[in-house]
Amino acid sequence: MANAHTPADQGKYYVPHGSPWPFFGSVSLFVLMLGAALTLEGSDSIPGSYVLMAGFALIFVLFYGWFGKVIEENQAGMYNLDVDRSFRMGMMWFIFSEVMFFAAFFGALFYARNLSIPWLSGEGAKHATHALIWGSYEGGWPTNGPLKLGPHADGSFEKMDAVGLPAINTLLLLTSGVTITVAHHALRAGNRAVLSIFLALTFILGFIFVGCQALEYHEAYTERGLQLGTGIYGSTFFMLTGFHGLHVTIGAIMLTVIWLRTLKGHFTADNHFAFEAVAWYWHFVDVVWLGLFVFVYWL
Amino acid sequence: MAHAHTHDGVNHLDHSHDDHHHDKPTGIGRWLYATNHKDIGTMYLVFSLIMFFMGGAMAMVIRAELWSPGLQFVDPLFFNSMTTTHALLMIFGAVMPAFVGLANWMIPLQVGAPDMALPRMNNYSFWILPFAFTLLLSSFFTAGGGPAGGWTMYPPLALQAGTSFPLMIFAIHLMGASSIMGAINVIVTIMNMRAPGLTLLKLPIFCWAWLITAYLLIAVMPVLAGAVTMLLTDHYFGTSFFNPAGGGDPVMYQHIFWFFGHPEVYILILPAFGIVSEIIPTFSRKPLFGYEAMIYATASIAFLSFIVWAHHMFTTGMPLAGQMFFMMSTMLIAVPTGVKVFNWTTTMWKGSLTFEPPMLFSLAFLFLFTIGGFSGLMLAIAPADFQYQDTYFVVAHFHYVLVSGAVFAIMASVYYWLPKWTGHMYSMALAKTHFWLSAVFVNVLFFPQHFLGLAGMPRRIPDYNTQFTDWNRVSSLGGFVFGLSQILFVIVIIQCVRGGPKASAKVWDDATPEGLEWTVDSPAPYHSFETPPVITEENTHPSH
Repeated sequence: MANAHTPADQGKYYVPHGSPWPFFGSVSLFVLMLGAALTLEGSDSIPGSYVLMAGFALIFVLFYGWFGKVIEENQAGMYNLDVDRSFRMGMMWFIFSEVMFFAAFFGALFYARNLSIPWLSGEGAKHATHALIWGSYEGGWPTNGPLKLGPHADGSFEKMDAVGLPAINTLLLLTSGVTITVAHHALRAGNRAVLSIFLALTFILGFIFVGCQALEYHEAYTERGLQLGTGIYGSTFFMLTGFHGLHVTIGAIMLTVIWLRTLKGHFTADNHFAFEAVAWYWHFVDVVWLGLFVFVYWL
Repeated sequence: MAHAHTHDGVNHLDHSHDDHHHDKPTGIGRWLYATNHKDIGTMYLVFSLIMFFMGGAMAMVIRAELWSPGLQFVDPLFFNSMTTTHALLMIFGAVMPAFVGLANWMIPLQVGAPDMALPRMNNYSFWILPFAFTLLLSSFFTAGGGPAGGWTMYPPLALQAGTSFPLMIFAIHLMGASSIMGAINVIVTIMNMRAPGLTLLKLPIFCWAWLITAYLLIAVMPVLAGAVTMLLTDHYFGTSFFNPAGGGDPVMYQHIFWFFGHPEVYILILPAFGIVSEIIPTFSRKPLFGYEAMIYATASIAFLSFIVWAHHMFTTGMPLAGQMFFMMSTMLIAVPTGVKVFNWTTTMWKGSLTFEPPMLFSLAFLFLFTIGGFSGLMLAIAPADFQYQDTYFVVAHFHYVLVSGAVFAIMASVYYWLPKWTGHMYSMALAKTHFWLSAVFVNVLFFPQHFLGLAGMPRRIPDYNTQFTDWNRVSSLGGFVFGLSQILFVIVIIQCVRGGPKASAKVWDDATPEGLEWTVDSPAPYHSFETPPVITEENTHPSH
């Protein structure tokens, strides 16, 4: 598999030739962000949504091209163990940065529930705000604030209960955590059939989860009066579960790619960085969900 | 952790077929498609210098407007967009990219690595930046002009901007992505690419400072992304994060922002500490005093930076216990910072000192950063801060730590390593002139702002009471001379790139600088340390 002149054979760290992808990626991000800004501002002269879609298309080409190149190099045996370790460390710290991104939204949830809503309803240091402006507000959780923001004229809404779809979703994700571990063990044992079956099960469970989330959102929007604009409860609910759902979708797509690669015979028992990276990412998505289930749905 | 290389010797003979022994690329592709850490470092540094001058030009507009009370040259909205973008450009465009550029150039050389660990991502994190700033600055040409609500983007004011709003938010997202990728690269390079035998406690102190900074970056840049995302959804999608009518709280934004913001100010200074800790021992001809203590102090400062954020918001009316906690934890930072200042001073004690430009800038850093640290202590005292909040005293404080602190350290590092990069010595006379003009006029510029602030002049206002005129004129005068004298910096650099006396491998021969970067030629070869160097007592920084 490895040819005699790869740096890996010489015990050397592979430093790639110049690559067009990083610059291409920067252009793609610029187009994407510009498109998003134009779309949000409802520009008349430039159709923002076209720019936005062009941005997404470029991002797709970017991932296809850049990752394709890396996979090709890996298959050619250009990476030694040091390169592999760099990739692993890079992925771990990337996941840590994602954890901190979610931490900002969890922080907003905790701050609202434990500090700002009690203050608005007259407790503690900022009772003057309550007394002078929001005298009738009683706080509590869930809440859509003193002005009862939301789609219903009377400001009513129903929160999402933990039992029902969210509990099923928890089961789905926890099961997918098991199936990917089974797949990983199968990969290490060289059992390719089990590997591809359990990997397929994993992303199928992931996509079912996304489907259930879509059902839940539909119910929230149409039946419960629970929308993004339903005060702080709606804001934290949809932003936390929404970003999580986005990550599950990305994770499931990554799992699908990994699955297709196993079908092509990629990965060996001791060389499967991409597989592990996706597995870590999947576990991260799983852990975030547990936090959501406890703090958003249950408590 | 250091990587396992085969040392069979035979492999090193046949270089011609090796993938990374290709010739130096030429033309525009060398820069657009770069993977070489030195090329990418150069791009970062040049970009940073351009941003420094653009941000500086904005500062000149501010100082010109403040020459007299009343309105002179610009309308108030434009003035506010100047203060806002000046800050964003200087923080995210000038200082942070300068540090990443230095990390790119120096960390592989200092740890004996062939390149940064993830070379393509390295180029990605650079090239995002020009596009991010294009996005930000393009907002000046949209309806409503540039962002004018302050770089901290507090709601509800920030939400009231025009088309500049989404452009600013997305620019921040891109800058954050760039910083995170840069930080991941630094961590992985230091943890995975060190030459065998270069243990963590033999690591050059600049690498240590950057390693800790990189952890801070990865921990807080995503939090900033979260905060501005909430702004975005509050503005366009009807969420209520910062809207009390829906149960949110505008002060919540300030908490999330400053949870990012306070570690961010250490992101802007810790690499500067690392630079100064390299330069002072060299020109004192003594090892750094308390090498390990310096590492622990840096790590302590980094840890404390996560539990002090609300000292930026003492006047928002938080509970008394909160004010007490954040006041005490903030003052605690003076302890590890004091350790560092005393260690630098002790390094010079009985040293054989010479005053080359890098040393001059480092000494100015030591004195002036300490002044900024002391005014920081004053600001940390909650009851006193009620008086200082939002005045020019705050402006004076953070410009002392950021201009005569971070920026002076960057200039010191450029004067220290420029001969290593270019292979030429630069004009000492011109560099010293640059130093003296900068060191004198940075004080003329910022010291009077302490008086203005204590007398009650608010920041971010284009007009002021006539009693403030005299000190504002002194400050503006200092600003103009400081700004103009930076042109000397560019002249020194351009001259040095184009030619000059040949620099030796050690560059500062009679000062015998320590570290692997001085074992390679000047200029450092395009590919260095393709095989890891042998670590000896002589070529590493002693830890004992």
